[in-house]
Amino acid sequence: MIHLPSGFNYTRGRETLARAQVFKRSWPFFLDLAVAALCLAAFYGVLQIVKFWTGKAEPEFVVSLKPSSLPLYAFYSVVRIGLAYLLSLVFAIGYGYIAAYNKRAESLMIAALDILQSIPVLSFLPGVMLAMVALFPTRQLGVEMGAIVLIFTGQVWNMAFSFYSSLKSLPRELGEASNIYGFSTWQRFWQLELPFGTIGLVWNSMISVAGGWFFLMACEMFVLGDRDFRLPGLGSYLQTAASADNIPAMIYGILTVIAIIVATDQLVWRPVIAWSDKFKIEQTAGADRINSPILHFIQHSNALGAIKRHTFVPLSESIYKRVAERNREYRARQAAGQVKDTPVWLRVGVLILLGAVVLYAATSALLKLREIHQGQYLLVLEGAGATFLRVNVSLLLAALWTIPAGVAIGFNPKLARIVQPIVQVAASFPAPILFPIIILGLLRMGGGLGIGSIVLMLLGTQWYILFNVIAGAMAIPSDLREVATLFQFTRWQRWQTVILPGIFPYLITGLVTASGGAWNASIIAEYFHLKGQTLQTLGLGAQISAASDKGLFQILLLATIVMALMVVTVNRLVWRPLYRLAETKYKLS
Amino acid sequence: MQTTIIRAERVEKYYAQPSENRIQVISPTDLSIVPGEIVALLGPSGSGKSTLLRMLTGLSAPSAGQVYWHEQPIATADVNVSIVFQSFALFPWLTVFENVEAPLKARGMEPAERRKRAMKILDTVGLDGFQAAYPKELSGGMRQRVGFARALVVEPEVLFMDEPFSALDVLTAENLRSELLELWQKKTIPTQAIFIVTHNIEEAVLLADRIIVLGRNPGHVRTDFRVALVHPRDRKATAFTQLVDYIYKVLTQPDAQPPELPQTPTGKRVRDQRQMHYQMLPHARPGGIAGLLELVLDHNGKDDIYRLADDLAFEIDDLLPIVDAAQLLGFLTVTEGDAAITPTGAEYANSEILRQKELFRTAAVENVLLLRQIVRAIEAKSDRTVAEEFFHDMLDEQFSEEETLRQLETAINWGRYAELFDFDASRRRFIQPEKLHHDSESSAEVIE
Repeated sequence: MIHLPSGFNYTRGRETLARAQVFKRSWPFFLDLAVAALCLAAFYGVLQIVKFWTGKAEPEFVVSLKPSSLPLYAFYSVVRIGLAYLLSLVFAIGYGYIAAYNKRAESLMIAALDILQSIPVLSFLPGVMLAMVALFPTRQLGVEMGAIVLIFTGQVWNMAFSFYSSLKSLPRELGEASNIYGFSTWQRFWQLELPFGTIGLVWNSMISVAGGWFFLMACEMFVLGDRDFRLPGLGSYLQTAASADNIPAMIYGILTVIAIIVATDQLVWRPVIAWSDKFKIEQTAGADRINSPILHFIQHSNALGAIKRHTFVPLSESIYKRVAERNREYRARQAAGQVKDTPVWLRVGVLILLGAVVLYAATSALLKLREIHQGQYLLVLEGAGATFLRVNVSLLLAALWTIPAGVAIGFNPKLARIVQPIVQVAASFPAPILFPIIILGLLRMGGGLGIGSIVLMLLGTQWYILFNVIAGAMAIPSDLREVATLFQFTRWQRWQTVILPGIFPYLITGLVTASGGAWNASIIAEYFHLKGQTLQTLGLGAQISAASDKGLFQILLLATIVMALMVVTVNRLVWRPLYRLAETKYKLS
Repeated sequence: MQTTIIRAERVEKYYAQPSENRIQVISPTDLSIVPGEIVALLGPSGSGKSTLLRMLTGLSAPSAGQVYWHEQPIATADVNVSIVFQSFALFPWLTVFENVEAPLKARGMEPAERRKRAMKILDTVGLDGFQAAYPKELSGGMRQRVGFARALVVEPEVLFMDEPFSALDVLTAENLRSELLELWQKKTIPTQAIFIVTHNIEEAVLLADRIIVLGRNPGHVRTDFRVALVHPRDRKATAFTQLVDYIYKVLTQPDAQPPELPQTPTGKRVRDQRQMHYQMLPHARPGGIAGLLELVLDHNGKDDIYRLADDLAFEIDDLLPIVDAAQLLGFLTVTEGDAAITPTGAEYANSEILRQKELFRTAAVENVLLLRQIVRAIEAKSDRTVAEEFFHDMLDEQFSEEETLRQLETAINWGRYAELFDFDASRRRFIQPEKLHHDSESSAEVIE
């Protein structure tokens, strides 16, 4: 479940949400070019690995629709998401750390983050899958790793950004205190940097895990050319159920997903949030804290305490001691002038070598585009236009209902208490699960996928906007609303002078997140396998899906580049200026 | 003479600008800390007190010059100092005990020994029984005790304090100060010297054996003298008040001898801020200036700045910018620590708001170059608006980025008050006030 940071106290919350942070920076153009080259190179590298893959289709795993197989499937899916999340966490911390402290790499790494957040992860699916299958000896393991890597790429960027921005906003005096008391890098990390970054990491983890479910649904079962990849799990269960038109199985599956989401919230996130309360930088102990019996149990369990005393404590003691000794030796050598830097020529040489490899791979990838003929280019561009329209229509529709609803909820605390948990479950419920059901319904009503895909995008993204509008409405000081009442503002005037400006920054945050989500959703929403037939409509997402289905990598590459370009361009030209406006003019402080 | 613990040799701090000149924060300064003394560093805001402290501790490297720790360059020496911070700088996620234990952990000490020392120091500063609490559960005073405990647990040779009492209320500060003095005098703590940065003059006179007063633009030592008063010091004693008064005089008097100008490595002279184009606007609000003038007028038009500060319960950081601003505008003159109101100042204090604005306007255009330039630039333009950026770039040559922004903020504030111009915050442009009136009138007509 996605919670809003600390009881809708959104001032710090918005800071901790990584998307928001992206807009605070801007980079020179050539950095973007460098990142683009890196991405192309990565793509080409994946393709090259794929070439070595010579496996034949092995006997396929058959998804059972019996309800009794659900617990095992659910377990597999949870483990997949869990592993991907752990991988993301470690990677995010490492990435954020290096980006924050390595001055040379910083701007490039942050530009990369910005772009990677905007790239449609799902179009990497075929490449990643094939590469993983090629890398691992048994096919099943390869598909498994592919799924994990894919979920990882969907989860990691906002977490990395969150940790990076925490490190960048470390209170100066805390940093000085750790310097003056001679903290080692190790101690600094555990006692200063990681604790300070924890709150941001926790909130972003929740968003990431919810996003993980989204990708899980897509990558547990998919077709690539004549190869059919599937993994035992909830995603494949639901897709198979939908294909077989097995309504009871679909209901069981959906109930299982809801049960897992609620259980994750109760067993994982609540204790984690309660625990992370101590990492808040605040002057007084907060009044409203989240309680968690599970955290209480963990902290007061004698057995766990004993285990900690006998394993963790001695281990950390010995590390601290060793680190302190090493530091002393290092300082002694430094005083004696024996510390030497890596020679410059070596560093420059490595850099040149890396640059050459990246350049070669990137141009090779671009050369692949030559295989595309003009008609296909035109088709991709048309598709881009169609998807662009669809994304914006879905945003508009979402905004139209969520703004009045969100404001109504936000202004009414009683209503908010009832609605909030429901919205939270809805927001973290993986929308792709519902796609087959909705498609079936739409087809029966005679609607096509062209309209249907808008509904699907809406389904996945409206919650972000609703969420933020509620938070924004709650953040409008009540005296401003009282002024409006006192002077008998008309309804229009109220909206114009109080409500819309008040929720503006939140609305923008919501719209940015929703827009990113809608682009990504287009890949599964515009192209659908159902009951042995393929439904599709004109769109960029459909082209990406179709290209990966048929193994047309050059089209896949082109469509992915176009989509990434559009998302990045819209971010820079539309969202970033709006965000700046929100930060300056419409800031309620 | 005793052996010095820390010796700073011609240390200075500056920020290089893209162009030839640079922004000097602290001019070359010599300073040493010897065993057995409490040194207080006093100065108005912007005099680089904290910067100097950070250079002396080795936290920040000087732009030029060298700091020695027992005659060894500080960057490579095994320095044993502690800092007590204004904001306490406690780790909120560690308990009181863990906070105090952290520096010992950094030295790789055994857990048992760590525990012994931490408990002992917590006992010394009066935090018995609080070891399991988190800092946010404590009051400000208790939190600063943790700050002291953490600083003292490593038995520092020099204890540095960066405005340690200024975040506390008056009574708590007083209490903590006297306890610190007691620890020091009874030699309960093995600390050899204490170096305290403060902007509270009485605090300095109360604690210190030696007081260093800094001037600003750029930061430099104005006076460095010993305090011979015996402890406990009585705030009401004549010798005490005389000393406080003397420091006020030093602070409010213009520099008798300007500090010598440093040179860039190429032998070019660094530009001196005071001879530069723009004077530095003190960050005072017009309302504050009017308030001060009224107060001086109530005191028969002339009073001791020390007494004024006392009356207002202001610290020098609060009062001096207002005094400086009133002086700059020609409403007040200051001689020997006494402020005297001028005829214009008296009229200003006695007038109603519209006349006050008029007087302020005249004084501002006459005395403040930046405001004069803005007004002229607006008049010269056909559309009667000028971008803020234009002045930003000119000020940037002379002030640090942060100071430039503050200068502009003050200028906008004064200009708006005096109705010299208006400022469109969304387009970041200065506008002629009439034009704005005109606009709103025309739009009002449209609505009608």
